[in-house]
Amino acid sequence: MSSTYAAVAVAVVALATLGIGLFGLRFSRTTSDFYVASRSVSPLWNSSAIGGEYLSAASYLGIAGLILTYGADMVWFPVGWTAGYLVLLAFVAAPLRRSGAYTLPDFTQMRVQSTTARAVASMLVVVIGWLYLMPQFQGAGLVLHTVTGAPTWVGSVMVAVIVVVNVISGGMRSITFVQAFQYWLKLTALLVPLVFLLHAWTDDGRPTPADAGASAAWLSPMAADAPGLALYATYSLIVATFLGTMGLPHVVVRFYTNPDGRAARRTTLLVLALLGVFYLLPTAYGVIGRVYAADLVATGNTDIVVLELPMRMIGGSLGDLLGALLTAGAFAAFLSTSSGLTMSVAGVLAQGSVGRRVLGPVAGLRAGAVVGTVFPLVLALASDQIAVASSVGFAFAVAASTFCPLLVLGIWWRRLTAAGAVAGMLAGGIGAGGAVVATIVRGSDDGWLDLLLSRPAAWSVPIAFATMVAVSLATQNRRPSNVARTMVRLHTPERLLLDRADGP
Amino acid sequence: MWTPWSRRSLGSAEDRATYETLHTASLAAPALRRGLDEDSASASLKHLRTLLGAPSVALTDTEQVLAVEGSRERRSDAMELARQAIAAGATQAFSTPHAHYPHAIVAPLTVEDTVVGALVVRSPTSSAGLARATTEVARWMSSQLELAELDKSRTALMEAELRALRAQISPHFVYNSLGAIASFVRTDPERARELLLEFADFTRYSFRRHGEFTTLADELQSIERYLVLEKARFGDRLHVTVQVAPEVLSVRLPFLSIQPLVENAVRHGLERKADGGTVVVIARDAGNEAVITVEDDGVGEDPDRVRRALAGDSAGDSVGLGNVDERMRTVYGNAYGIVIETAPSAGTKVTVRVPKYAPGAER
Repeated sequence: MSSTYAAVAVAVVALATLGIGLFGLRFSRTTSDFYVASRSVSPLWNSSAIGGEYLSAASYLGIAGLILTYGADMVWFPVGWTAGYLVLLAFVAAPLRRSGAYTLPDFTQMRVQSTTARAVASMLVVVIGWLYLMPQFQGAGLVLHTVTGAPTWVGSVMVAVIVVVNVISGGMRSITFVQAFQYWLKLTALLVPLVFLLHAWTDDGRPTPADAGASAAWLSPMAADAPGLALYATYSLIVATFLGTMGLPHVVVRFYTNPDGRAARRTTLLVLALLGVFYLLPTAYGVIGRVYAADLVATGNTDIVVLELPMRMIGGSLGDLLGALLTAGAFAAFLSTSSGLTMSVAGVLAQGSVGRRVLGPVAGLRAGAVVGTVFPLVLALASDQIAVASSVGFAFAVAASTFCPLLVLGIWWRRLTAAGAVAGMLAGGIGAGGAVVATIVRGSDDGWLDLLLSRPAAWSVPIAFATMVAVSLATQNRRPSNVARTMVRLHTPERLLLDRADGP
Repeated sequence: MWTPWSRRSLGSAEDRATYETLHTASLAAPALRRGLDEDSASASLKHLRTLLGAPSVALTDTEQVLAVEGSRERRSDAMELARQAIAAGATQAFSTPHAHYPHAIVAPLTVEDTVVGALVVRSPTSSAGLARATTEVARWMSSQLELAELDKSRTALMEAELRALRAQISPHFVYNSLGAIASFVRTDPERARELLLEFADFTRYSFRRHGEFTTLADELQSIERYLVLEKARFGDRLHVTVQVAPEVLSVRLPFLSIQPLVENAVRHGLERKADGGTVVVIARDAGNEAVITVEDDGVGEDPDRVRRALAGDSAGDSVGLGNVDERMRTVYGNAYGIVIETAPSAGTKVTVRVPKYAPGAER
């Protein structure tokens, strides 16, 4: 691939991101003489922004890579990452908005009235943020290495630095319009080259993966050698992705921008549609990749299949241009997701006792941004390359094992207590988190133990739910005294006039 | 290493016993500071039992037992003993037919010379030391409850001030606005009609009875109405810029916490300036907080006078600033007071930070 076009594309995206961060605060506001206050963010803008922040390297590059390697079973990744919003829509979106909470620790404290539970939730936000950031940095290094030949650490460090500079300079934060633009940029960056690729594929006589020698195990789901393993892996993946989405810290803060619970539901519904459209594209790349780039499977470097295809199928300067567009989209994905995550992690660290008492809010946020980025960067540089999508799957597994029980039981079960919430989050967090660490340390082999550790959700989520329920039932005498009022606040539509018992 | 060092630095056995007692008392204090009810009684009582080293303690108000800690205490018995002590108004020792702990010491709790409840302590033996300890603990509890009473009256005062603030908007502003509207009635009836509707909406919001909190969107909307009305009066002398990040529109904040700042900018900053000026209202998103600034390029103010106004000296006429500052601190803590940058003839800039979430201020 020509390094010039791609390098220019990366530079443009990096500079544009920095530029918006440094000078772009004026974009973030509607300026006018009068009547700006009534212009709240519409559900379409809001859902585009959620899409922009949510679609990470794992969606943009990872899915195609996994489908190229493993075939039909992997379609559960994009399905799960979309369907997670269905669960969010049905059980969480509107009550979460009505709770008035901005972050997950806010919700925890609001529901169970305990600062200990808040501290545990904050810690989990940081852990999930780190797990999610690590593959973004790794992916950035890989992409830059592929398109320019630079050492892998260059891309990782570059993305980390841009994100930290952005958060410290006060830009990027959560500007809805910038994040919304990112969604449409990513969609365009995948869609336009795909049109050309499909054209080339049609000219080529539409060869299917089966024609290109794909095995039956690739072509149909659950056809692997060990059906028991495949079944467990699939169910575990479904549990993690369906239930993990609601526990992602950078997604949850976006719901605060909705004016009320109804708008939160509409936003979630639109997110479902936007993601449904988007995820068709990487799937198509994966399938076409199986025809034209099956040799990548042997190299283990399948995450770059999206970037490779224009070169292989079209070539020439058109191929270079399309490749550059794809690279630009990939960097937009790294930068938008990493910024949102870093902001969430930094916010939580700044609200912690050290940040608030010693540093003050502004310095705390800056220190939080640095701490929040350095650790996953070191992790990304030190650990072996794991497929980006599987690596993000770890973050989903931990989120599903901790915040999903907390949100679902917190919203729908009156008898949740602070002790139950803490115990459940710790049980799920230690279970899933320990399994993730074990997987990273052990490396992978084939077998039940490896599978149980690398896809922990199927056992860690039930453990978390069971612990939360059991400990709550055992500590019923310590139920939060205002639970009835909290439940009314969570579940009553805003348009109903009733005494919501304002304030302290 | 650690143990001998810590022993030495923590002093003698008596010293440590003192520290322990003080620590136990500090654990019981926060609950009592909320006042005397069932929640605070049960939260504080286990620490009080540790403090007294008694097998069983109970806490009552003047009507009923609020909480019992420890074994084998019948609520009706405890209330019977408490009634006698409350009637006597002083610590009483009783011998009762109780099987295990026949001796009881009951001390009344008083707030501002009124008996509000009693502390009932059981013991297996009669002891003068325990009687003394019970009396002292009851006295300490009474002082905590008096502080709770003080907190309550401070909150009541603040609510009264908020009501005053709602009422206070009226006289000056009302006749100025109505005068301005009247001047349009003949020349531009359509505009006069619009202004009257703005005036109606503005007063409806300001005199609203329910709720201590509002959204930034509602507050800003009311500010915009206010500025439209002021603009009708000032004409070209008043320029207004409002910049709002849409992300922070749903932030909840205390009712009428920004509008007084804008009113202050117009009334004290620009009204006295011959050629008028500009008011700039900016609300921006800053992670976990929304930052709202109200700036004018008017006559400014002596920083010392502003400081006195914030300190509660309401001799000046900027009552609004002090009240907003006080309420922000009460709701969000001392780190969230308003920040005023001003100097004579250099304009005024007021900055308010509002956390997007604060426990207890959700709705």
